[in-house]
Amino acid sequence: MRRLHQFKGGVVLKEHKKDSTRMPTQPARLPPSLIVPLKQHIGSAAEPVVAVGEKVLKGQLIARAGDTISAPLHAPSSGTVRAIADHPVPHPSGLPAPCIHIDTDGEERWRPRERNIFNFAELRPAELREIIREAGIVGLGGAGFPAWVKLDPQGRAVDTLILNGAECEPYITCDEILLRERALEVLAGLLMMRHAVQAKHCIIGIENNKPTAYRALVDEVRNTGADVEVVEVPTIYPTGSEKQLIQVLTGQEVPAGGLPIDIGIVCHNVGTAYAVYRAVELDQPLISRTVTIAGSVAHARNLEVLIGTPLAALIEECGGNRQALRRVIVGGPMMGIAVHSDAVPATKTTNCVLVESAMHDVPLPSRDVFSLPCIRCGHCAEACPINLLPQQLYWHARAQNFDRVQDYHLFDCIECGCCDYVCPSQIPLVSYYRHAKSKIWEQEEEKRRADRARQRHQFHELRLQREKQERAERHKKKRTAVAKGGDDKKAAIEAAMARVRAKKAAQDTAPKNTGNLTPEQQAKIDAVDAQRAKARQTAETTPADDDA
Amino acid sequence: MVTALLVLGILGAVFGLLLGYAAVRYRVEGDPLVEKIDAILPQTQCGQCGYPGCRPYAEAIAKGEAEINQCPPGGEAVVLALADLLGRDPLPLAEEHPKEPEKKVAFIHEELCIGCTLCIQACPVDAILGAAKQMHTVIADECTGCELCLPPCPVDCIEMLPLQPDLDHWVWPEPETPDYTSKDDATADKMRRKA
Repeated sequence: MRRLHQFKGGVVLKEHKKDSTRMPTQPARLPPSLIVPLKQHIGSAAEPVVAVGEKVLKGQLIARAGDTISAPLHAPSSGTVRAIADHPVPHPSGLPAPCIHIDTDGEERWRPRERNIFNFAELRPAELREIIREAGIVGLGGAGFPAWVKLDPQGRAVDTLILNGAECEPYITCDEILLRERALEVLAGLLMMRHAVQAKHCIIGIENNKPTAYRALVDEVRNTGADVEVVEVPTIYPTGSEKQLIQVLTGQEVPAGGLPIDIGIVCHNVGTAYAVYRAVELDQPLISRTVTIAGSVAHARNLEVLIGTPLAALIEECGGNRQALRRVIVGGPMMGIAVHSDAVPATKTTNCVLVESAMHDVPLPSRDVFSLPCIRCGHCAEACPINLLPQQLYWHARAQNFDRVQDYHLFDCIECGCCDYVCPSQIPLVSYYRHAKSKIWEQEEEKRRADRARQRHQFHELRLQREKQERAERHKKKRTAVAKGGDDKKAAIEAAMARVRAKKAAQDTAPKNTGNLTPEQQAKIDAVDAQRAKARQTAETTPADDDA
Repeated sequence: MVTALLVLGILGAVFGLLLGYAAVRYRVEGDPLVEKIDAILPQTQCGQCGYPGCRPYAEAIAKGEAEINQCPPGGEAVVLALADLLGRDPLPLAEEHPKEPEKKVAFIHEELCIGCTLCIQACPVDAILGAAKQMHTVIADECTGCELCLPPCPVDCIEMLPLQPDLDHWVWPEPETPDYTSKDDATADKMRRKA
């Protein structure tokens, strides 16, 4: 039995998980059109490889990875590419971003199978990573970091591979239902990941409020005899956060500003493991995922959703009243974002669609509530799971004192919302931190731009000076040439003329077809030659006449 | 008495030599103050301050020849940063300029461009691409929005367009902080209801 550890702070929340786990997962209805955003992951956007009007098959590559840190996209269903145009995406700004719009044909025709892998253990880890990369798999827990990058330890030894099934946010049950229904597939995906990073140990962490999922996994581990530890962890928010789960399971803390790999640990979500299984075993790229639809809907449940399905279609399918909507939150109530319109599509990182109406109140994420002054009670500091001082951060962020905020380690904040939740004055603390973070990024970007402009300006000045100097030198050369009396020039002209004469002489060799001529032919040639000679003579004398 | 004088004298000479050596050895090249001022300026190289570029303006400020409020693209933020650095009083912006100037980039209407290369010569950061009798275009990423290309254009085909917000440059809005000191009835009422 593994000895568990504790992280400081955290909060215990009401779960709201029962409603959406009553019914099994079922595929969502195929929408008439799919909107696939080009950027659904951390890193650079994907680049489209299909043209408007092109027919695509399910699973066909429609956009390739833009950079090292990026992920390709595949057609979620068969149909026709209607447009590659801007469309609102799930982002707090509500701004549109480029998307590939596909009109579905309802046939769901798959592209031909590209590879058959009978035993993944025979593949080299790099080959396995390549398959995962080509399948466009990103972290399905919420951040959307390209999975193959995290599966590449780059020569460092990996001690433990942790599979995160904690799912600590209220309402969200997509990982729980996946573990209940597909424990064997998740386990298979985990073993594939383990092969990719060559980890010594494997742990699956599950919060103890999901006994059915835990038992399903334990059974499968026993049946298959896999060397994997399934561990129940206490239900405290935010145990599902990567760094907190690592601390609970191993007692080790990820260094500030560092990554889990720095302490020999790699952590992935259970959904990602299932996607890896599908990519390797079934040759299916990441084109759908499990999404929880909860909150103010008649039938809260989990759906297998094609990437690009508009949220409105999902809400309607679950019996939500679109007229009575107050807010639609993508993600959980603690860390999710309120989207501006339900026309935005589900993406690879959409784990939950939380619907709020007048009937059903979701307390967070920070909404427009009237906040009272800070009374310096210190509850936020007690709740902070990473030992920050939320109150200090708040004062400095409010005063736009961005140097000081960074002194208090703003960038270690995971925006879990515990401080928001416990604040008796209902101050939207996390909003202040998010504002400060994006403001600091903006300032850094401006600084970079200014530095580049300075460099370019300096080069511009240098270039002007160099051109001036070169011009001066050219003029000087010319002047000296003229002063010398132009001998050089004359010699150059003579040399050129000599070259032309030599060339002419070479060409003037006798033509080859002049042998064996009849006397008439010879006479004709002689006549023409005489005419030419005469013409040449007049040409030479005429200029002389002109001169005279 | 004599030894004391002698010892102090020798010590004085030794330290004097040491300081003299250090002054030569660790001499700071250039004026560090100019660098610091230049780092604050926005590097648009627009010349609106009356100097040919940001660095000459920085030099003028360092010499005390120029005021700190002559940089319209920098807005109030630059005035405050300069005041902070130099220990001078912050001054209001010299002319009628917005406090937070809008960021713009030049855009060439390519169907109107006659390919005269005049704007290319005017651009301080070489952000315009083109050749004689060929269409010109602005590299938007490098454009500082200085507007120096506008006056030389003979056909007025250059327009300054405000930068469109996009997902990568979006700033999370600052939450509204209620004014708790306000005597406004509505605020007081809300606070009372909370309490």
